[in-house]
Amino acid sequence: MNIGEAIRLALMQIRTQKLKSFFSVVGVIIGVMFLITVVSVVEGMNRYIEEDFANAVFGINTLTVSRTPEIDTSSDPDQWREYRRRPRLRFEDADAIRRGLRVPAIVGVTSGSGGSLVSETAVEINNVRLVAASSEIFRIRNYEVVKGRAFTAPEDRLGVPVIVLGWDAADKLFASLDPIDRIVKANGLPFRVIGVLEKQGSLFGMSLDNYAVAPARSSMSRIVNPHGIVDNILVRVDDEADMTLAAIDIEETMRVRHRLRPAMPNDFAIDTAEGSLGFWERISRILFIAFPSLVAIALVVGGIVIMNIMLVSVTERTHEIGVRKAIGARRRDIHAQVLIESATLSGMGAMIGIGIGAGLAQLVRTLSPLPTAIAPVWMISSVVLGVGVGVIAGLYPAARAARLDPVVALRAE
Amino acid sequence: MDQTPAVIRTKGLTKDYVLGSETVHALRGVDLLVEPNEYVAIMGPSGSGKSTFMNLIGCLDTPSAGEYWLNGQPVSVLNDDELARIRNRDIGFVFQTFNLLPRATALHNVELPLIYGGVGSKERRKRAAEMLDRVGLGDRMDHRPSELSGGQRQRVAIARALINRPALLLADEPTGNLDSQTSYEIMNVLDRLHDDGQTILLVTHEHDIAERAHRSVTLRDGVISDDVRRGQPATV
Repeated sequence: MNIGEAIRLALMQIRTQKLKSFFSVVGVIIGVMFLITVVSVVEGMNRYIEEDFANAVFGINTLTVSRTPEIDTSSDPDQWREYRRRPRLRFEDADAIRRGLRVPAIVGVTSGSGGSLVSETAVEINNVRLVAASSEIFRIRNYEVVKGRAFTAPEDRLGVPVIVLGWDAADKLFASLDPIDRIVKANGLPFRVIGVLEKQGSLFGMSLDNYAVAPARSSMSRIVNPHGIVDNILVRVDDEADMTLAAIDIEETMRVRHRLRPAMPNDFAIDTAEGSLGFWERISRILFIAFPSLVAIALVVGGIVIMNIMLVSVTERTHEIGVRKAIGARRRDIHAQVLIESATLSGMGAMIGIGIGAGLAQLVRTLSPLPTAIAPVWMISSVVLGVGVGVIAGLYPAARAARLDPVVALRAE
Repeated sequence: MDQTPAVIRTKGLTKDYVLGSETVHALRGVDLLVEPNEYVAIMGPSGSGKSTFMNLIGCLDTPSAGEYWLNGQPVSVLNDDELARIRNRDIGFVFQTFNLLPRATALHNVELPLIYGGVGSKERRKRAAEMLDRVGLGDRMDHRPSELSGGQRQRVAIARALINRPALLLADEPTGNLDSQTSYEIMNVLDRLHDDGQTILLVTHEHDIAERAHRSVTLRDGVISDDVRRGQPATV
């Protein structure tokens, strides 16, 4: 008997017992659904982190120098103690780095903290990200000023109290009024609004536009940091190929400035968008190790259910198997028929699971910023997995059916 | 012996069953020779070994001792799969309870032996349709057994039995579940098949059914107690 015939037969069998067939593959459906959902969310997360998140936090072709790594998943208390002992970064460090670089690059400083903004009309907004940055920040971060202008290097050097607002901050403070040349108070200190930034969107649900940036040496510096101290030094290289070289130059400059002996480790951190992905890769690796075992449990349970259903089905059809044997079905024909029925059942369960999983992934995409994605390879593997579970679950029932004595089987009713 | 081999030749065919500590001797050495185109009725009361004999002749079971040649092939030495092949090609079964697949159409039921014989689907369909035509069910091909009368079901079963042109048609109480009118029709079908040259072994306990055959073999306590010929078998 050929496979097509057996599959046709299996489908006929499944059709006549729709509900029973459905319940027998619930385990497989859940397993595959779980697999597809998790994989698509993790893959979507991957894409999101790689494409949006990393660049939004660290910027393209940008090295971020800071006292401690921007993202640290370690929980070692010694490590944290060491972080606290590190010297803080200063304006002079940025100047030294600029001098020390051998590749074309823009160097800027930035410091930030949360705070409040109050308009002339006494509208107050809280939890605004207040930033003191050098004028290079606009070029390093690719900020587009849609109203008014950015501040200039001379304004930065002189510490002129001007401010550029993020879209949301400007909108909330001034609504339909033109914000340019109006005065806002940042944590009580007055600044003149000279520009509004283009809308940036959000990251993990946090608005990037609830933001205000003033010159690094303006009074804003007093809000965000003690005198002379900066949070980050940003170095944006003109050519991506120079990233490594720039990192070496920065490291050298900083080690000299901090008077580190060769054996001593760095007491500062240099992050890049690419480097920051390391932490995410660790997380997604854990997910990819943990979830298959959960999926495996669901599939094993599903397989046991299918095996039982197939055993019942074989018992119910003992007489039919006897008839088939009487008219010439060999052991392997019966064996194949039961296996194929089991595999078809389970394979269909896997397809239903893919459908539901894809639906859930679609739901996640609609309700969250994650661009969930299912690679076709996962759909194919799911079906293969489902069919495989069916084949394994069908082995014992198939062997039982094939071994039936035709005389005994024919006598059964 | 001439060049065409006997359809059935058994020598000392014996079957013992072990039931717990007891051994039941169902068959105690049966010697039978059935020539091509014979029409033989196997008679006997229940417990005579009739069913056991029938299972052995039908290659559904293997003997404890003795030998059996079907169509010249020594089948008592064959394994399971080889027996399946013999059942598929050389024997056509007609059962008392029809034994059709309930969910399959008449056509599919008749096709079944061809499926296991590895015949392609086109040819299968054609041959099954022809065979259903021959038993007068050309217009019932897509009906399921539940949509057919008892006589029609038995005709489907006969069509299925004959689809591979077997050397032997083995009918086990073929009229046991039918009323007398339908029984008469089915027996006419068997007569016609015999006239066309089919070798038939008919197991029955009804004398008027057995009358239709040209030879009547009676089993009693696992041995042949009587072997009577009536009329003129075609080959003798």
